Amino acid sequence: MSGTSNAQKRLAIARRAAQDLPEGAYVNLGIGLPTLVADHRPQDREIIFHSENGLLGMGPAPSPEALDPELINAGKAPVTLLPGAAIFHHNDAFMMMRGGHLDYALLGAYQVAANGDLANWITDSDARAPAVGGAMDLAVGARKVWALMEHATRDGQPRILERCTYPLTAAGVVSRIYTDLAVIDVQDGLHVRELSEGVSFDHLQSLTGALLRRV
Amino acid sequence: MIDKIVHSAEAAIDGVADGATVLVSGFGEAGTPNALLHALLARGSRDLTIVTNNAGVGETGLAALLRGGRVRRIVCSFPRSAGSVAFEEIYASGKLELELVPQGTLSERIRAGGAGIGGFYVKTGVGTLLAEGRETRELDGETYVFERPIHADLALIKAECGDRWGNLTYHAAARNYGPVMAPAGRITAVEVRQVVPLGTLDPEHVVTPGIFVDRVWERTP
Repeated sequence: MSGTSNAQKRLAIARRAAQDLPEGAYVNLGIGLPTLVADHRPQDREIIFHSENGLLGMGPAPSPEALDPELINAGKAPVTLLPGAAIFHHNDAFMMMRGGHLDYALLGAYQVAANGDLANWITDSDARAPAVGGAMDLAVGARKVWALMEHATRDGQPRILERCTYPLTAAGVVSRIYTDLAVIDVQDGLHVRELSEGVSFDHLQSLTGALLRRV
Repeated sequence: MIDKIVHSAEAAIDGVADGATVLVSGFGEAGTPNALLHALLARGSRDLTIVTNNAGVGETGLAALLRGGRVRRIVCSFPRSAGSVAFEEIYASGKLELELVPQGTLSERIRAGGAGIGGFYVKTGVGTLLAEGRETRELDGETYVFERPIHADLALIKAECGDRWGNLTYHAAARNYGPVMAPAGRITAVEVRQVVPLGTLDPEHVVTPGIFVDRVWERTP
């Protein structure tokens, strides 16, 4: 994967995760990498994207002439609405999360642990003010939580670990991880479903801080 | 005749005392009542507690109020985001108290404030730094954390259309906190894009009923 830019890596992760969303799914897209998924919805399926600020049926980014500054996603980027979309207030948006009405939450992550623990709101080395947003609500509320993340840090340190070292967003919630190197199921440990092209199991293990199993 | 229309931003926020708790609608720059925030700044209000989702962008609206040193405390979900320079600098200087609240919990606490609910239990945040030292309870085999309502002296809201009874509609994702905050302010002041004659808004399409609204001001462009 050397020579692949960071932006290309992130796009590939979003595309790959989008392919696994089933027909009829209600899916929240968290800020950062997951918002890219809205631009790669499989065209053979009806999938309804939820945005925490109060949208269901979110479509891809608008053309410049269709841009509405008050029609934005969780990351505050402009989006569109598909036919059948709905707009609602913040309590309804979060009732959909906590009430278990969303099938999937696709979330970015700093770290994921082999027990499904998720750390995606603060690191241990950031003196700046913290921010949490809807991360904790999504993590405990959605029926399935998928983490979309770069497999290792820029300097090659693992981000998938035996235990998270950063403060948790929620404990034991992640059921699948999509990275630039692999797709990994999290259930009683880490099970590698798929390796990206040109990636060996041993290389993947060397960039992972917890034991991987082959499916 | 009921007439909640006011003709200036100053009149919309009239009566707010120093030390007030103020709800501010908006998510990012969608639905943020910047003109009302500037009126608060012009009024000289200080020692404020601001309850809001984000902590302002650039140098306008909430950012201007923060720069003016008017805010003592902010109750917020995602204060640090793209462009929140004013907040970050003032927070780093130690002159601002921050209570960080998960977004859904923030919204539900505001709802509880407007709905006469004394508190509630929620799963969000259990086992994290944000629930440390808090009252928890086992219910049906799961752990919940106890949350208290937020009551406010003033709610500042941006809406699309409003009539003299205070009925409101919203535009796109600018709806966000408006309908949640309107019932939670002792005084609820709204800046609207357009004041419309009573009877114009289809009752089926009214999002915030006028009972929750005290003052409606048509923002001057």
